[in-house]
Amino acid sequence: MKVLVPVKRVVDYNVKIKVDSQSQDIDLTNIKMSMNPFDEIAVEEAIRLKESGQVEETIALSIGPSQCQETIRNALAMGMDRGIHIETEHSPEPLIVAKLINEIVKKEEADIIILGKQAIDDDCSQTGQMLSALMNCSLATFASKITFEDDQVIVTREIDGGLQTIKLQKPTVITTDLRLNEPRYASLPNIMRAKKKIIDKYLPDDLNIDMTPKLDVIKIEEPPKRQGGGKVETIKELVEKLKNEAGVI
Amino acid sequence: MATLILAEHDNIKLKESTNKAVTAANLIGDTIDILVVGNDCMSVATQASKVTHASKVIIVEESYYQNMLAEPVSDLIVSLMKDYKTLMSPATTNGKNILPRVAATLDVSQISEITAVIDKNTFERPIYAGNAIATIRTTTEKNVITVRTTAFDAATNENNTEIEILNATANPCLSEFIEEKISGSERPELTSAKIIISGGRGMQSGDNFSMLDKIADKLGAAVGASRAAVDAGFVPNEYQVGQTGKVVAPDLYIAVGISGAIQHLAGMKDSKVIVAINKDEEAPIFEVADYGLVADLFDAIPELEDGLNNIK
Repeated sequence: MKVLVPVKRVVDYNVKIKVDSQSQDIDLTNIKMSMNPFDEIAVEEAIRLKESGQVEETIALSIGPSQCQETIRNALAMGMDRGIHIETEHSPEPLIVAKLINEIVKKEEADIIILGKQAIDDDCSQTGQMLSALMNCSLATFASKITFEDDQVIVTREIDGGLQTIKLQKPTVITTDLRLNEPRYASLPNIMRAKKKIIDKYLPDDLNIDMTPKLDVIKIEEPPKRQGGGKVETIKELVEKLKNEAGVI
Repeated sequence: MATLILAEHDNIKLKESTNKAVTAANLIGDTIDILVVGNDCMSVATQASKVTHASKVIIVEESYYQNMLAEPVSDLIVSLMKDYKTLMSPATTNGKNILPRVAATLDVSQISEITAVIDKNTFERPIYAGNAIATIRTTTEKNVITVRTTAFDAATNENNTEIEILNATANPCLSEFIEEKISGSERPELTSAKIIISGGRGMQSGDNFSMLDKIADKLGAAVGASRAAVDAGFVPNEYQVGQTGKVVAPDLYIAVGISGAIQHLAGMKDSKVIVAINKDEEAPIFEVADYGLVADLFDAIPELEDGLNNIK
């Protein structure tokens, strides 16, 4: 069995982004970039599946500018076997990303594709679901547990109000939620080893995918600021104000 | 052209999030049909027929729709989309699971979690955990949209429209339901609660959340948590309020021992009144709080419980 994990290079989780009012876009100058945290969980899960002997090969795929190679190297340093980079000028919208991944799935004949449930930059939460449509295969979003039973995959999903467990035919697309696992840190020897691992490169033209976006981003703005900062000294004052001033209790 | 709304329900009750999606759809201005997919769920269709602005309710019942698995439900919706320009649903786990699968089959890009409708093809949505707002225009013939329910009021229930029964499409049999574990809480759901009390890492343990349970019981509130508290294993993930958890906007949000990480603020900053209780006066949560109390929560919460006794 082969597992493919698409990983996205995004603004680091801990960076507070700024909107550049002139260009009406996010100011990305000198900003720390990292692997999308949900994708790290997907990488960790793929490696564990290989370590437990259920999977023969693990492949990390990234789509975007040349710096995405660093993100792939991170995945390789965590323990993925090899990498694929589809070089594009910008990070395309989810539908196009799903189409590009689908081409790699066909080439590699991957059985299980594990993705993060959403990227923390555009917050779309679409790519995995879209990929499953293009592959016309089963789908399990927001996974908190993945196990195998004979030739099927059992996934427990985080749904509104609780957990749902479903059984999936292969090939299958799974997206990761927070509690699936805790991603490891790459050890120094593994970082060194990762430098020797292979990263194949493609261009969208090689894969025959039309890169024309279907959505126009007209502008990006700062959200309206909430006026906060009010203080109370005691619980008594708090209760009194909630009752008589705000009228909410 | 018309808009089709995928109703959120549990085969018994229509969820209020559907009414909120209807409000967003009404701003687009096209005719609105509500689709109820499920099993043995005529009561849901009857409730949906009362929703203001709806011109028709479509019900499709079949055993394999019982648990809203993505593959059969998206196949059904795709078969209906020739009559509609827009597909909408509230951004619940069902909506998030199913709609992108429909969008890709229709070869259109989805717009996730809109917070405003500018015109038929232009929408606002938060990105970067709500730290920026993007205005997006679609260029395709059809639109697929999920709605962030906290951004829209619920449509009223002053209608009585027809219910049309349609046949199911075939079950693609790609996945199979095994079981569901819904936390059997007496309390309201986080996304519809009028009052929420949430705990963060400052709670120190899962057991200490019982302090918040007591307050919640007094106020008829739901209990939430920050991602830090979920990460620390204090409470299950379904408690999580934040960009990667649930986005809420109750009348009153009480944040206890929550520092106010960006990702948490994104999930609750549209609440009408915010109370923060934290012993660190520098905590960013105070910047968004209407009533901040700098105090040790282990003193303040029992005192709050007593204080609430005195007013009721």
